[in-house]
Amino acid sequence: MSMMANTLGAASAQRTNEDTPEKISVRDLSFFYGESKALKNISLPLYERTVTAFIGPSGCGKSTLLRCLNRMYELYPKQRAEGEVLMDGENILNPKQDLNLLRAKVGMVFQKPTPFPMTIYDNIAFGVKLYENLSRAEMNERVESSLRRAALWDEVKDKLNTSGLGLSGGQQQRLCIARTIAVRPDVILFDEPCSALDPISTSKIEELIDELKDQYTIAIVTHNMQQAARVSEFTAFMYLGELIEYDRTEKIFTTPSVKKTEEYVTGRFG
Amino acid sequence: MATELRNMRLYRRRSRRNAIYMGLSLASAAIGLSWLALILGTLVINGISGLSLSVFTEMTPPPGGTGGLANAIVGSLIMTGLAVLIGTPIGTLAGTYMAEYGRYDKLTPVIRFINDILLSAPSIVIGLFIYEIVVARMGHFSGLAGALALAVIVLPVVVRTTEDMLLLVPNTLREAAAALGTPTWYIIAKVAYRAARAGIITGVLLAVARITGETAPLLFTALNNQFWSADLLAPMPSLPVVIFQFALSPYENWRDLAWTGALLITFAVLTLSVLARVLSSKSGGER
Amino acid sequence: MADHTVKSYDDELKNLHEDILRMGGIAEAQFASAIQAVTKRDPDIAALTVKGDVKLDELNNIVDQRVVRMLALRQPMASDLREIISSLKIAADVERMGDYAANIAKRSIAIAEMRPVKPLASIPRMGRLVQHLIKDVLDAYNERNAEKAKQVWLRDEEVDDAYNALFRETLTYMMEDPRNITPCTHLLFVAKNIERVGDHATNIAETIYFIVHGQTLNENRPKGDSSSFLVVNPGDDAAKA
Repeated sequence: MSMMANTLGAASAQRTNEDTPEKISVRDLSFFYGESKALKNISLPLYERTVTAFIGPSGCGKSTLLRCLNRMYELYPKQRAEGEVLMDGENILNPKQDLNLLRAKVGMVFQKPTPFPMTIYDNIAFGVKLYENLSRAEMNERVESSLRRAALWDEVKDKLNTSGLGLSGGQQQRLCIARTIAVRPDVILFDEPCSALDPISTSKIEELIDELKDQYTIAIVTHNMQQAARVSEFTAFMYLGELIEYDRTEKIFTTPSVKKTEEYVTGRFG
Repeated sequence: MATELRNMRLYRRRSRRNAIYMGLSLASAAIGLSWLALILGTLVINGISGLSLSVFTEMTPPPGGTGGLANAIVGSLIMTGLAVLIGTPIGTLAGTYMAEYGRYDKLTPVIRFINDILLSAPSIVIGLFIYEIVVARMGHFSGLAGALALAVIVLPVVVRTTEDMLLLVPNTLREAAAALGTPTWYIIAKVAYRAARAGIITGVLLAVARITGETAPLLFTALNNQFWSADLLAPMPSLPVVIFQFALSPYENWRDLAWTGALLITFAVLTLSVLARVLSSKSGGER
Repeated sequence: MADHTVKSYDDELKNLHEDILRMGGIAEAQFASAIQAVTKRDPDIAALTVKGDVKLDELNNIVDQRVVRMLALRQPMASDLREIISSLKIAADVERMGDYAANIAKRSIAIAEMRPVKPLASIPRMGRLVQHLIKDVLDAYNERNAEKAKQVWLRDEEVDDAYNALFRETLTYMMEDPRNITPCTHLLFVAKNIERVGDHATNIAETIYFIVHGQTLNENRPKGDSSSFLVVNPGDDAAKA
């Protein structure tokens, strides 16, 4: 028993709050869909080059929170956020913040793979062209390195000029990840990236997330608690728009402090 | 035991009812289709005899003389083409506004409502309208007026299909593009249009198919012309009007040509419809 | 806490819990009859006790299988995970208790064939102490009562003290008369086994504390057993104490 306690202690000592800077600090964030309050005064940090997972039952606001981090909600009317989301010290909720520049810095991967109806090559080049003027050779290089980083290169290198829609679900999702990292963001948001994938593809994406965290700050929303446990260092449990508990992942899944969290992770509700 | 018996009776009654409905549906389908077959058959029988090269090369003849439909065919092509050239860009852009920029705008449902009224407006009303604002002011009938009338018919069809097709493009695709920091216009141009392309083209083809056979609006606008005319400001012949005029005439050679013209139009429309169907099924497969 | 959404998960946890309690009950009885075999010098009871250990081994295997199955199929988290992992540990502890009881019973046969020695009188008292520990720790497990478990954990000191006293006593008797050496050695092993059973009860108490609090009992437990450091020479004062 004491051995178990020691391992837990060692893991937590590995990454304390002091030695990793906060890439994003969510402060007193509330979110409204029209009149209804979907997020209630959320405050939590996202540490740099760390994976933070958001778990909770459907409708708890975890996806909403994620969509505040790149202000994706602004595509829709009657949605607004209050409070602060500081990224490198700047409040990104500030109306003066340029949306497109923000989104170039905070990439997002969605639940369903969303390749654009164009070739694999163009899918990757699409976002790059927006902000960078690369020569043909540089672009080729960028496409290849992004696909390699997303562990897709070997599977598609011979068919870069075929439609991205011809790939399998897992490949499409990795294409979307490649497309996201091609723009060279600082932060990548994953919104249930594996919920439409088979277990093998899921493992590949999880492995990829693990590799990406040495370079990017990652936030992942997942319905799959085991997935959160596998890929993240920190976990936030949300319920009915509130942040119930935020702690190191191993703490959340072994000895959560709040009863609600305990009930959720042990499968007693949700 | 008793329940079993009752259930069996219930089951038999349902089977019987099913058989009756199936029979009725089949009969209705057969009646509907047989009319279509009858029309096509009559057209082919009456029209095929007149089909020859001269139909495409010679002008419409005087009563009793020989000739073809060349001027009417070309007139139809010019006016249809012009109508599409005018109606498509306006229609596509309007549909784009409704589906993309103004999707949540209060104006959009109003536009959609008005557009739907225009979509179902009788074409003769449109002809009268163009007559009032163009023909009456110019003082004479013209091919331009005809093209404008057709464009007004094309417009709502294209608006509607463009909007519908863009609405069918999954929002996740737009979000995915936006997540890369893509400006809205670029998302529409490079992602939404691309995903909806086949559908929008289908809409345009259907609009063309629709105006190909329109007679009423042309009667008040382009009128007709016995002779070759590519002058947009002069009255211009068209297939439907020629058919209308010739079919009602007492001259046998005119009536034969009307049948041939009808056959041509029917097959043109058929071809367009099939093309549209092929395109739309292709786009369905892509998604 | 509320029930699991998946009801069969609750059933499996309940079965596991009941198996552990059943094992505990058997071990308790085994231990009691082993002590009886020693004090009453009854080889029949001893034989029965030795035979009875098989049941504990069987149940232990069943618990192992249940735990492996649940870990694989339920992917338990947090308190469930602690509960299931702890079942494995507790079952192993209880199974060891049974082994010691069987061992005591075996030795009782040899002891019964020899002349009674005086330190034998201390065995029932020590046995009772440990029996209480077993009973209390099983109650604590059943009630998920960490406080009760902690009390058991603290009371193990008494057992250690009793063992120390018996250790000194037997040494004295062995020095007095070499004919006492064989029965006293057997007796010493019996006492040592009783003391080990007490240690396993303490282990279980620690495990219960972990189930409830998710942390280990980290206070320093008073260690009573000093016999490992005891050096006694014939004629020493220590031996006479």
